[in-house]
Amino acid sequence: MRFIIIILLFLLSTSISADESNSGPIPKHKWSFNGITGTFDRAALQRGFKVYQEVCSGCHSMKLLYYRDLIDIGFSEAEVKAIAAEYTVLDGPNDEGEMYERDARPADRFVSPFANDNEARLSNNGAYPPDLSVITKARKYGEDYIYNFILGYEEPPEGMEIGDGMYYNKWVAGNQISMPEPIYDGSVDYDDGTDNNAKQLAEDVVTFLKWAAEPELEVRKNLGIKVILFFLVLGVVVYLAKNRLWRDVH
Amino acid sequence: MSGNPEPRKYKNSLLNWIEFRLPIISYFEKEYGDYPMPKNCNYLWSFGALATITLMVLIISGIFLAMNYTPHTDMAFDSVERIMRDVNFGWLLRYIHSNGAAFFFIIVYIHILRGMYYGSYKYPRELNWILGVFIYLLMMVTAFMGYVLPWGQMSYWGATVITNLFSAIPFIGEGLKTWLLGDYTVGNATLNRFFALHYVLPFVILGVVGLHVAAVHVHGSNNPAGIDIKSKNDTVRFFPYMVMKDTLATCVFGVIISAVIFFGPNLMAEVDNYIPADPLVTPAHIVPNWYLAPFYAILRAIPDKLGGVLLMFGSIAILFVLPWLDRSKVRSCNFRPIYKWFVMLFFVNFFILGYVGMLPAEGLYLLIARIGLVYYFGFFLIITPFIHKIEIPKSLPLGISDLYLGGGKESPTPTGQKEII
Amino acid sequence: MAENPDNKRRDFLQLSTITLGAVGSAAFIWPFLKSMNPAEDTLALGTTEVDISSIEEGQSITVKWRGKPVFIRKRTETEIEEAKAVNILDLKDPEQDVDRVKKEEWLVLVGVCTHLGCVPLGQKLTDTKGEYNGWYCPCHGSHYDTSGRIRKGPAPENLPVPPYSFLNDTTIKIG
Repeated sequence: MRFIIIILLFLLSTSISADESNSGPIPKHKWSFNGITGTFDRAALQRGFKVYQEVCSGCHSMKLLYYRDLIDIGFSEAEVKAIAAEYTVLDGPNDEGEMYERDARPADRFVSPFANDNEARLSNNGAYPPDLSVITKARKYGEDYIYNFILGYEEPPEGMEIGDGMYYNKWVAGNQISMPEPIYDGSVDYDDGTDNNAKQLAEDVVTFLKWAAEPELEVRKNLGIKVILFFLVLGVVVYLAKNRLWRDVH
Repeated sequence: MSGNPEPRKYKNSLLNWIEFRLPIISYFEKEYGDYPMPKNCNYLWSFGALATITLMVLIISGIFLAMNYTPHTDMAFDSVERIMRDVNFGWLLRYIHSNGAAFFFIIVYIHILRGMYYGSYKYPRELNWILGVFIYLLMMVTAFMGYVLPWGQMSYWGATVITNLFSAIPFIGEGLKTWLLGDYTVGNATLNRFFALHYVLPFVILGVVGLHVAAVHVHGSNNPAGIDIKSKNDTVRFFPYMVMKDTLATCVFGVIISAVIFFGPNLMAEVDNYIPADPLVTPAHIVPNWYLAPFYAILRAIPDKLGGVLLMFGSIAILFVLPWLDRSKVRSCNFRPIYKWFVMLFFVNFFILGYVGMLPAEGLYLLIARIGLVYYFGFFLIITPFIHKIEIPKSLPLGISDLYLGGGKESPTPTGQKEII
Repeated sequence: MAENPDNKRRDFLQLSTITLGAVGSAAFIWPFLKSMNPAEDTLALGTTEVDISSIEEGQSITVKWRGKPVFIRKRTETEIEEAKAVNILDLKDPEQDVDRVKKEEWLVLVGVCTHLGCVPLGQKLTDTKGEYNGWYCPCHGSHYDTSGRIRKGPAPENLPVPPYSFLNDTTIKIG
């Protein structure tokens, strides 16, 4: 039907226009959460959280997450409490009007590595390490880009001048970035015996970031199948009823 | 009221009681029950109903979102993400609202294009068309303000660019811009007023939609043949015939929009809007919402600030006078062998304009935008007013019933046989 | 009307359409209504941990729990005696003092008058404590005793005891 084609063209146009404006095609990675029934791998999420904690969280905040959110990725309440207690937050004022430090609780947000944006800039040669809470939604090609980007550190091609304190990356716009290569083979130890090569680390941490950006993904896809089925069933019934009704009109 | 003091009688005494005091029941019966629709209307005629349903869904989801949204520059971004994460079904409300807005535009565009192809804007439905263009204008304003509310990078810079358009106006421009923003730049005052207006404008749209529907019901709906209703045989009752068709269209629409909401909710979103607004850093290239992109392409096609702004507003304003630009007596393009192709080309051109409006304005894209711009205005100012001088329309059928094989076969219950409530 | 099979089929189709439509509409409304319930971040703050080590005998502190004031009072011997001595048959809302406390000296109450929701006086040493030496609600004159029970005035019920537990001797978890 004509109007469906038009709608498809509209949708297509947005996806095509998204394709145009980035350099080179980003290789697609196979994710467990892709597809209409995709889900997150809980073990990968927990490993990914460990990578975030040990590598990324030194510079990158995740301000939109709470420690209690970690219960969703399979940690028990006691484990979450213990994880939260590793951090201190500034609370107050107390009865004497003083601000005081206390251990973080599950109801607290992830503690940021820097007190504010300016301190973050100062500690990183003026480059602001972006917050990672919704990073896969905030970059073109989302998780595929982040994954390839993390693994995209190489020796610069001959003749290319790399600025002071900058690193060459195959995928970043302009090919120069002030963030050093974050992970190497074996740079994070896994407790569950999974092989900790760089690709595995990258896959796990990106899975974690995807979950952080879209924690509703599993519920959403699950509900979506039901809703679409409902419209299909209702559509068939209405189609039959409508045909029956209109049969004598023409 | 034409002074008819005899109220209708209903079986139900409560209905009678209401009807005697406020004849609202017979009104709905007349406008949405008995209302005669040309029986040859195709599914393109369902897009009016789809648009109304979508508007209602947008208003309802918007009200519930507003219960959790905080219109403050420090909190807006986080409050939207809180809706996505912590509010029960908040992600569903937001994705319904953001994707619903995009689909609202798709539906309304198809509705407008249908009106253009079948000449629905011509006598006696000119006012109806004008009200429709008003709705479209209000939609654009509302959508633009809604896009600002999540306070991401694209919100901030989109608002900055669009409000700067007003500074192109000679003498009062700068003052007008500052007045609109309530600040020297887009700031907290701007966010607050945009939120207030974004909340209230949909109800204004709803009101104009009411007028739009009332106006079309005066002389009846147009139809693919573009000829007037001659007899009751040409029509079917709105209920249940059109209601059933519209319900089927709604189900198909439901499948499509659900596929987007649940499986690609950010397909039509800009990634930069998931980065909190930063007044010191402009994203690499700013794109408007895709449904406003054709006009953005026109704006950028002109190398002069004021000229671009004028042409952009002109491209919308020209829609108002379309009923008087078209001099042909024939409504439907089905019977206009030449104009038909120009209209089709207009649709394609509009689509291409939107496409280049999303791309950087340089090189080939700029050239395409300029060609598109010339055709856009050429269509309205040259082709539409003068084509009838060279075009020989096909002969029109005598009546709608003649379109069907076997001619004017008796149709059952066209407007007779009333089911009592 | 339902005599020929065609009409029967039509009736069935109409009925299914209407039923499915009604079910669909109800299901559509559900998420909207559900969204008005407290969000997860609100629920996460449903428990409050309080350090009670610094409260002296005869003193009270007020903490916030789910947006409401909670009174925590370390009662004196006389106050406990007073609370225990009451014949509960004389009370409007009969309750033994032992049923309202976990440890005799610690009284934990939601500090919201059961009449119309004001916060009663009696927390500060300088406050008026009412005729029964507990709390007094200034809005409409309800008097509560040293166990937080209503003794006089329009309030229908005793001040409620929130769910709480002693994590250790010096920490109470409310909620």
